Amino acid sequence: MTMHEPQSQSRAAGAPQTPADVHSRPLCLSGKGVTKVFGVGGKQTLAVDHVDFAFHEGELVSIVGESGSGKTTLAKMLLGLLSVTEGEISFQGKPRDIRTRRAKKEYWKGIQAIFQDPFSSFNVFNKIDTVLLDCIHMTGGRRLPYAEKTRLMEEACSFVNLKFAELTNKYPFELSGGQMQRLMIARVFLLKPKILLADEPTSMIDACSRATILDMLLQLRDEIGMTILFITHDIGLAYYISDSVYIMEHGRFVEHGTADEVICAPKAAYTKRLIGDVPKIYEPWDLSTV
Amino acid sequence: MKNTIRQVFHSPKFVVGFCIFMAILLTLFIYPLLNPGNPLQMIGLGTFARPGTYVSVYDGVTSPFSTFKLPQADANRLDSLLTTEDRVNMVNWFSLNGVDVAGLDITDTQAMIALWKQHFDPAIRPQGMTKAMRNYYIRLNTSILGASSADALVVSETDEATGEASEKSKITKTDYVNVADVANVVTLPLGTDNFGRDTLKQLVAACGVSILIGLIAGAVATALGLLLGLLAGYLGGLVDDIIMFFTNIFTVIPSFVLLILINYSISQDQRGAGTVALVIGLTSWVWTTRSVRSQVLSLRGRDHVNLSRLSGHSLPRIILTDILPYIASYVVMAFILQVSSGILAEAQLSLLGLGPKTTEVPTLGLMMNWAMLYSAHLNGSWWAYFPVILVIALISFSLNLMNTGLDQVFNPTLRD
Amino acid sequence: MSNKILQVKGLTTKYVTRFHEDVYAVDHVSLEIEEGKSLGIAGESGCGKSTLALSLMGYYFPPLHYISGEIMVDGKNISGMKPDDVRKSVLGTEIAYIPQAAMNALNPTRRIRRFVEDVILAHDPKADKKQISEMAEARFAELGLPASVLDRHPVELSGGMKQRTVIAISTILKPKVLIADEPSSALDVTSQKMVIKMLRDLMEKGYIRAMIFITHELPLLYNVTDDIMVMYAGQIVERGTAKQMVFDPIHPYSRGLMHSIIVPEAGTRGHKLSAIPGTPPNLKNPPQGCRFADRCQYVVPQCRVSPIPMITFDGTRTYRCGHSVAHLREVYSHDDA
Repeated sequence: MTMHEPQSQSRAAGAPQTPADVHSRPLCLSGKGVTKVFGVGGKQTLAVDHVDFAFHEGELVSIVGESGSGKTTLAKMLLGLLSVTEGEISFQGKPRDIRTRRAKKEYWKGIQAIFQDPFSSFNVFNKIDTVLLDCIHMTGGRRLPYAEKTRLMEEACSFVNLKFAELTNKYPFELSGGQMQRLMIARVFLLKPKILLADEPTSMIDACSRATILDMLLQLRDEIGMTILFITHDIGLAYYISDSVYIMEHGRFVEHGTADEVICAPKAAYTKRLIGDVPKIYEPWDLSTV
Repeated sequence: MKNTIRQVFHSPKFVVGFCIFMAILLTLFIYPLLNPGNPLQMIGLGTFARPGTYVSVYDGVTSPFSTFKLPQADANRLDSLLTTEDRVNMVNWFSLNGVDVAGLDITDTQAMIALWKQHFDPAIRPQGMTKAMRNYYIRLNTSILGASSADALVVSETDEATGEASEKSKITKTDYVNVADVANVVTLPLGTDNFGRDTLKQLVAACGVSILIGLIAGAVATALGLLLGLLAGYLGGLVDDIIMFFTNIFTVIPSFVLLILINYSISQDQRGAGTVALVIGLTSWVWTTRSVRSQVLSLRGRDHVNLSRLSGHSLPRIILTDILPYIASYVVMAFILQVSSGILAEAQLSLLGLGPKTTEVPTLGLMMNWAMLYSAHLNGSWWAYFPVILVIALISFSLNLMNTGLDQVFNPTLRD
Repeated sequence: MSNKILQVKGLTTKYVTRFHEDVYAVDHVSLEIEEGKSLGIAGESGCGKSTLALSLMGYYFPPLHYISGEIMVDGKNISGMKPDDVRKSVLGTEIAYIPQAAMNALNPTRRIRRFVEDVILAHDPKADKKQISEMAEARFAELGLPASVLDRHPVELSGGMKQRTVIAISTILKPKVLIADEPSSALDVTSQKMVIKMLRDLMEKGYIRAMIFITHELPLLYNVTDDIMVMYAGQIVERGTAKQMVFDPIHPYSRGLMHSIIVPEAGTRGHKLSAIPGTPPNLKNPPQGCRFADRCQYVVPQCRVSPIPMITFDGTRTYRCGHSVAHLREVYSHDDA
């Protein structure tokens, strides 16, 4: 196969752009020496090994790693679903406190998640209305008049290009994978947390629905100012969407920096290998390095 | 939900099982309406009356007669007079007295009787024959002669004051009564049992009690198993360790041995049907706990449960809305199996004499127990135990069929 | 002279659902592959590309049923054969098939050497075990697999290694056509690259004479196959060389697909991704005219009237659209500007 010039036609309209001042904004979520050890006694595994990180407000950060690199474990710790073995996580400048149920509930108002598998993310016994109404109730809208609730649900659905009228009284499993993932984003839109943790949100859906999801994440960041943590194994996706990229190998961050720094001028050997192992279309793909 | 139910009723296995079970339940409700009364009432004296229709002889005699001359009447009378046992005894008598029986067909009543009339003499005393046996032959002879004679029977009445008998009426062989005119006719499709109780009526009542015992035992076992399984699976940690410790102990002790020991230690008069059901339920929750726990363990890591936690929902709410519906199908299947095994466990216990106390209610197991104690299986009274076995098998079969059908619907890998 | 290894004419197969409805997942598909060439099949999930792979083997079992069409492998017609005959005389020698989960198909209690022996003995019961071992060792070495793999159990191997072992075993009899259905999707990028390298080696060393590669990862397809075919709702909508298809797609659907490509290459970050709105039609009752009409931004009323035939242009390329190539090119250049 011969080499091709990058496509001359511009597709720049609406393409992701990093806000200029993003790295000087206050920290939204940061961690120092965060560690997770699974198991007790002789059979211990170090899943996350003393990682430090600092995510700014309104930043879209990607955490890239292969399966088993510890990125999902880190995500669960950030969400407060797993306990931290060692180290400290700070939320909006203050050390995070999730020791009591009430404190946890308060923390979860500030952080929400979208998971990899849309088919297992919904309770199949709840209707779509229930899912969305639940979000309105969580944000203190329990006493709103019914018309106002409907308006909020319609707004959320139109944000993700779905029609509420077509969804009402339906169950999530009647939708396609891409639509379900969009509904997840509608849920996040209603909750408006400070941080959204998206754990491989596009890996189970088609390439053409993928673009829609990515655009919506960017929209959440640009319009609401959400900090988005995008966890993926696909370095191409990370390059396309993120402001900063963290590369994770065996529970450690081996490299981090802006998307252009990390992808176009990788320093760590692992990053170079990851980039080299992904098929390209503008440059030849070197198969001899395996 | 609606869709699930529709799918369930598309499964042929489930539908067949469901129909059988519903037919049994329907019988339980309808039969007592048609035939009311206490199922444990002893209507007959003596044990094990054969199935059939019983006509009151007294009422028959006092009913208006009609006269028929049916060509086969005499032959039929003789036929029914001689039982197979009588015929075998007749042949024995012939061979003891040197009558040539070669070529004699014992079902040929006419030939038998002709031979009998020709050779029998009450004066002959074959060697080694007991007196009782000789008297039996004389009685047999009298009835054969009576049946073949042209005489009428005389019905006489005894005067209470004088003790004198006076002829009231004569019954000739051509006299018939219409069954509808007889005041007392009783049909016992399954005869009576050892205490002279209507077996069918008792069977219907016993079936209802046994199913109730199964339902109580199943409900107790499923509820207990579900509760412990949910707690162990979702909470994990120390709670899980403690629950699993007891579950494992109960797993290694055979539950039937436990059942026998517990029932044995409860005195007979304390052991009602409800107590027995409770004990069965309390000894069979183990497997439900184990499987509910393992299912909850895998559900706990699912994303929708994580999202529910992130939404700040409380523990009872997560268990009720995010976990319970997912295992509901399994729990329903476990319940059906528990009901079936509860019914069987009661039957086994009662057969051993450890069932509910015997005076209040019949159960399927007790009926078997009574039949066995009075040797129904030895004296050929099949109606006292065989229908019971059949009903137990049918209930068990229908429940298991429903379970298999549900399994195929909820577990797509088993679909064919 | 070009020798056509695989020729398929008007292949139609259907699924029968549990409610006895017919789903025509492969609808009049015709394709050919020349000796030494590889063909990639792209499309959304549910477009029928995996069903096409199954149908091409000629090995049908419920719920998949053969309806009509012809499959010729190197001049030999395999359509309409009995499943048992297909298994004996087609699978392994004419056609080999590798699905995504192939690596999980190995019985974990047997050594790899046994699987190789099984495959060869099934086709030649008199083969000598020693010769088989020597042959297998040589073949494994040539494909870059250590010979020690032969004496391992499947559980001792990593996912990527297992997948490569399965590929080596299934091509041991030198099948003419290899059908690989998402063979690397479950693997991490490094193992994926090794699998791709192995498939390339198989082609170059002549152990297989043609390959069909199915994936939804377009950059991968671009790097592996000579030609790319796009499927939509059970039909082929466009076919061309990999370069033509990625940089100059003609059918609006192919164009949508190609514009969703994301690669980590400098300069691609500023590109706006395009997304195709809507969902594919239900194949139980497909639309009468163009099947893409409901999602197409260039649709005109004529599109929905009657089925659109495959049209050949630029000599070798084909597409299925009511608009002319010139018209589409003009519209696209207008859109881009």
